Amino acid sequence: MKKLLSAAAILALSAGLASAEVKVGMITTLSGGGAGLGIDVRDGFMLALKQSGRDDIEVLIEDDQQKPDIAVQLADKMIQSEKVEVMTGIIWSNLAMAVVPGAVAQGVFYLSPNAGPSQLAGPGCNQNYFNVAWQNDNLHEGAGAWANQTGYKNSFILAPNYPAGKDALTGYKRTYQGELAGEIYTELGQTDYAAEIAQIRASDADSVFLFLPGGMGISFLKQYADSGVGKPVIGPGFSFDQDILGAVGDAALGAVNTSQWSKDIDNPTNAAFVESFQAEYDRLPSLYASQGFDTANLLISALDKAQPSDADAFRAALKAAEFDSTRGEFKFGPNNHPVQTIYAREVVKEGDVLTNKIIGTAIEDHADAYAAECKM
Amino acid sequence: MSTILIIEQILNGLQFGIMLFLMAAGLTLIFGVMGLINLAHGSLYMIGAFAAAAVAGATGSFLLALAAAMAAAALIGAIVEMTVIRRLYATDHLDQVLATFALILIFSEGTRWIFGSLPLYLNIPSWLAGPVTLPGGIQYPLYRLTLIAVGLLVWLGLWWLIERTRLGIQIRAGENDREMIAALGINISKLYTLVFALGAALAGLAGALVGTIQSVQVGMGEPVLILAFVVIVIGGIGSIKGAFVGALLVGLTSTLGGVFLPELFKLFTDPATAQSAGASLASMSIYILMSLVLIWRPTGLFGARA
Repeated sequence: MKKLLSAAAILALSAGLASAEVKVGMITTLSGGGAGLGIDVRDGFMLALKQSGRDDIEVLIEDDQQKPDIAVQLADKMIQSEKVEVMTGIIWSNLAMAVVPGAVAQGVFYLSPNAGPSQLAGPGCNQNYFNVAWQNDNLHEGAGAWANQTGYKNSFILAPNYPAGKDALTGYKRTYQGELAGEIYTELGQTDYAAEIAQIRASDADSVFLFLPGGMGISFLKQYADSGVGKPVIGPGFSFDQDILGAVGDAALGAVNTSQWSKDIDNPTNAAFVESFQAEYDRLPSLYASQGFDTANLLISALDKAQPSDADAFRAALKAAEFDSTRGEFKFGPNNHPVQTIYAREVVKEGDVLTNKIIGTAIEDHADAYAAECKM
Repeated sequence: MSTILIIEQILNGLQFGIMLFLMAAGLTLIFGVMGLINLAHGSLYMIGAFAAAAVAGATGSFLLALAAAMAAAALIGAIVEMTVIRRLYATDHLDQVLATFALILIFSEGTRWIFGSLPLYLNIPSWLAGPVTLPGGIQYPLYRLTLIAVGLLVWLGLWWLIERTRLGIQIRAGENDREMIAALGINISKLYTLVFALGAALAGLAGALVGTIQSVQVGMGEPVLILAFVVIVIGGIGSIKGAFVGALLVGLTSTLGGVFLPELFKLFTDPATAQSAGASLASMSIYILMSLVLIWRPTGLFGARA
């Protein structure tokens, strides 16, 4: 039996040297209101594959419609009938929680290009689960640290009333040292913020921290600018990135936001990424696109050393993370989540395009708060 | 909590209610006259917003954008009525729900196909931007005041149309007995197309007006649609007056509940729990309101039928 196995391994290895097909399953959101994020992750990922020139990686892309049940069905199909060895693509934490634990339990490798729920960073961590983006709290912790550096003493904070919203406010409060002028949980999917803006106006806050992803952020920023309240705004990069800035317009100018990536991070990989993304898709990349790009490059760097069928070697190759990241240096912490620098960026206008520019470093070499709870 | 803040929040509630009215008026009109549950009403709202964003982007004129929103929604509404909806009048509500749900998917993905997945830019024109100071020192955005005024004008216009014009007589007659008015020589299918287009135009107008201060994106209509259904169930299905009163009730409950419930909870729990419990209860408040109204009046406040 043992002989047979090693013979099979040798066969697999030699096939690998020729042109073994590695099957990668990408489940991401390509329709509905959240599609912009999934499309950016997919485009960033595929761009990296194209640039690598490899034809031995087969990517199956499916649309989860932002629905956990559909994501689970797709994952089952990919693992059971398509026999994928590596999975990636999920945008939303609730979908990741529905898919990832089951997938890694069946021996599949999962590389997260976006969602980083605390459960998967802490007690629920797994040796086959790698997060290439961030743990969910990271950018909020960066925002809190930046608020301290700026000298904000009295923040008004708001986020939608759902798990990621609560994580956001918790993350901000974990690093922020000032007082809170107010703390509001808005309804998920809320589009009118008149009531909240009136409360901000009536408060004695010196700054507003918000985590309102997607359309919620667009609505809030437009209404906030029109209200004339004018207190400085700070938030995670999600509410201020390339995917929504065009829709917010000048109302976003001057807003400070935190991100692990920015298009002006000064390294050759990033410059080439921004330029080639623009050339390929005719738009500026978002942080989601950079995460998709980094995820694909991590995968390629690991495949250069080992095949997923040789799980231990492949896992070690992923963990080593020897690839050129758009963020510069990239390394994983003990729970397979990145230890990275979070930058503060400001929304500016370049020509007539709104974009972000780095104004400082919020936290350097930041690891997430749950790593200690992870026993691998 | 200061009086100014309370007055400002009441204005916010009114403005939210009036926006819901624009959406609910078309929905209730279509249900009242044709007995049709139109889930695709939210798609017409989205079409209005996208048409407005496209025209505002091309011409820079906000008024042209509003006109385009109404025209596009009315036109697409009329086409949909003539090709799809017309076959559904005789069927039961389940078939209508299925067919109009299919329309939502077709419109959403069709819009994405034409405009892409990223939200579009549509902003307040400079002559309506910024806050104004009201008596008492209240700072209130001019655009939101304009929304209240436009909503009241639409309400007056609808009232006049239904109570004072020949078309209004036909609409009211159609609600009561469609066979009889057909027998009296009224072209009932033309009337239905017209009513559907009118309802669609109202949804398109609402989409453009609201899209200006919110986010113009695929799927923007569905959350509003749910609220609009709550409004017409509270107001009584088919009643414009009911839609108006219901919309104001829902707008005020939702806004004031969101502000004052967490404050109320703070009196007897710690702030963090109060915030989260208050916010949760506030999002339930309009549904609680709906159940109370339905217990009291099963046909809604101004509803004629169950």
